[in-house]
Amino acid sequence: MAGTAQDFLKAAVLEVQEYVNLQIATVRAVFSRPFYFRDIVEQFESIGIGSLTVVLLAGFFTGAVLALQTGITLDQFGARPFVGRLVSASMVKELGPVLTGLMLAGRIGSGIAAELGSMVVTDQINALRTLGTDPVRKLVVPRVLAGFFMTPVLTVIANTVGIIGGWLIAVGQLRVAGSLYWTSVLDGLYIDDVYMGLIKPFCLGFVIVTIGCHVGLRTTGGTQGVGRSTTQAVVAASVAVIVVDLLVTQLLVELLY
Amino acid sequence: MSTSREEMTPERQSAEEPVVELDRVGLAFDDKVILRDVSFTVLRGHTKIILGGSGSGKSTILKLILGLLRPDSGEVRINGQRVDTMTELELMHVRAGVGMVFQEGALFDSLTVAENTGYRLYEEMHWPEEKVRARVQETLGFVGLGDFLDRMPSELSGGQRRRVAIARAMAARPGILLYDEATTGLDPITATSIDQEIIKLRDLEEVSSVIVTHQLRDAFFTATHEAVRRNGDVDIVQADAAKCDEAEFIMLKDGLIVFEGNAAELRAAKDPYIRNFLS
Repeated sequence: MAGTAQDFLKAAVLEVQEYVNLQIATVRAVFSRPFYFRDIVEQFESIGIGSLTVVLLAGFFTGAVLALQTGITLDQFGARPFVGRLVSASMVKELGPVLTGLMLAGRIGSGIAAELGSMVVTDQINALRTLGTDPVRKLVVPRVLAGFFMTPVLTVIANTVGIIGGWLIAVGQLRVAGSLYWTSVLDGLYIDDVYMGLIKPFCLGFVIVTIGCHVGLRTTGGTQGVGRSTTQAVVAASVAVIVVDLLVTQLLVELLY
Repeated sequence: MSTSREEMTPERQSAEEPVVELDRVGLAFDDKVILRDVSFTVLRGHTKIILGGSGSGKSTILKLILGLLRPDSGEVRINGQRVDTMTELELMHVRAGVGMVFQEGALFDSLTVAENTGYRLYEEMHWPEEKVRARVQETLGFVGLGDFLDRMPSELSGGQRRRVAIARAMAARPGILLYDEATTGLDPITATSIDQEIIKLRDLEEVSSVIVTHQLRDAFFTATHEAVRRNGDVDIVQADAAKCDEAEFIMLKDGLIVFEGNAAELRAAKDPYIRNFLS
């Protein structure tokens, strides 16, 4: 029993150590040659443009349902016209970054783990190294850069369509005047909220992609292992999104408010 | 148009100097011992054929030579340079002189046959596009796949994938080629065509080879045949005794070398394990 616990702890510490090593290697590779520009552009397209549909849909329906739910509660206080304030503050500060993060954890976290995992089990990673290419520079750096810079962009898009979704419900169902809704949206937002909503996605994007790469590159056990890695990447990245969200929020509350 | 090998591997060596050298190499994963005190050398233009059952550590030796794994003990040298203590960055330069053909080809799924073949040339050596295209055409022509440039790996048969893998490994004109079970799982006719490519590379391009296999037919074919040019054509013929001696066999059992010698000596070996393996 004690031996099993010890083995588990050892494995957990090794996993964390390898993850941190990958992060350090990635950051080093970002600031030194060679760069693989074609792969970087491809990953920006794949992670950014490729995730647009899922982020648009998630953002829109979240904003809409948020307006619907809060509208009912606000009615009890006669505060229905303030629905825009609630939608904008919730979307920009919390729901936009977290939901976008969760969507990306599902879409790109799994995709990266599966792709890199397949490359590992078919010896393509070893082939890359044999041909003189560092897999971190060729495969990890482009994905991390794309995740780091595209997650905030996608979050802003999710926030925007979420607020539009809330507007449609506010005007169509809650019978709040459109001008009142938009005024309320702006009233509910402070510059510190915007900072918080923009800083968090950078951290989430970095974490999601590095977890996907780490899990993918440590795949063992053939095609079955690839399936296992894909599941692990989604679970780990999704939990990490929630945890990192809390930590970064805590930090930013201390610094900004 | 093509670049000479001297440009790729600055340290041209004499035939007597070993291009690959393993000295008392040992490796274990946790409690499982993979290799114990493995020592051998490969001379320039010669062939080393590593035989052994599954799990005997054959493929591990290739990974140690390339620096993909590091030994627990002993030394590994390529062209006189000790690789087991090198950093990954230093290894990149050494690997420029070594090519490897992986078991299932390990072709990059997202790249065409031409892009796979020319990968090192355009991505790492930054050759101009026309020069890469010419060399790719030349190497794919060498392995008989000159018309397959724009195919994707998924459109190829098993044998064609191995031949593209050979073309990719030889494209940058390495002095050493490592073959990991290059013929396993192929029908005898396709396997023979792969063997012939290995022989052609060794005899016409002066490539030193380390061949890992458990396909005895292919191992003996490679060891006992040679490629000769006749009237512009390349023929594969029975090798003379001196040429046969340039191909040495190693038999691994439980991580230990239990036999080292040429094809004739292997056939004459009395060791029960070897007899059983050969039967």
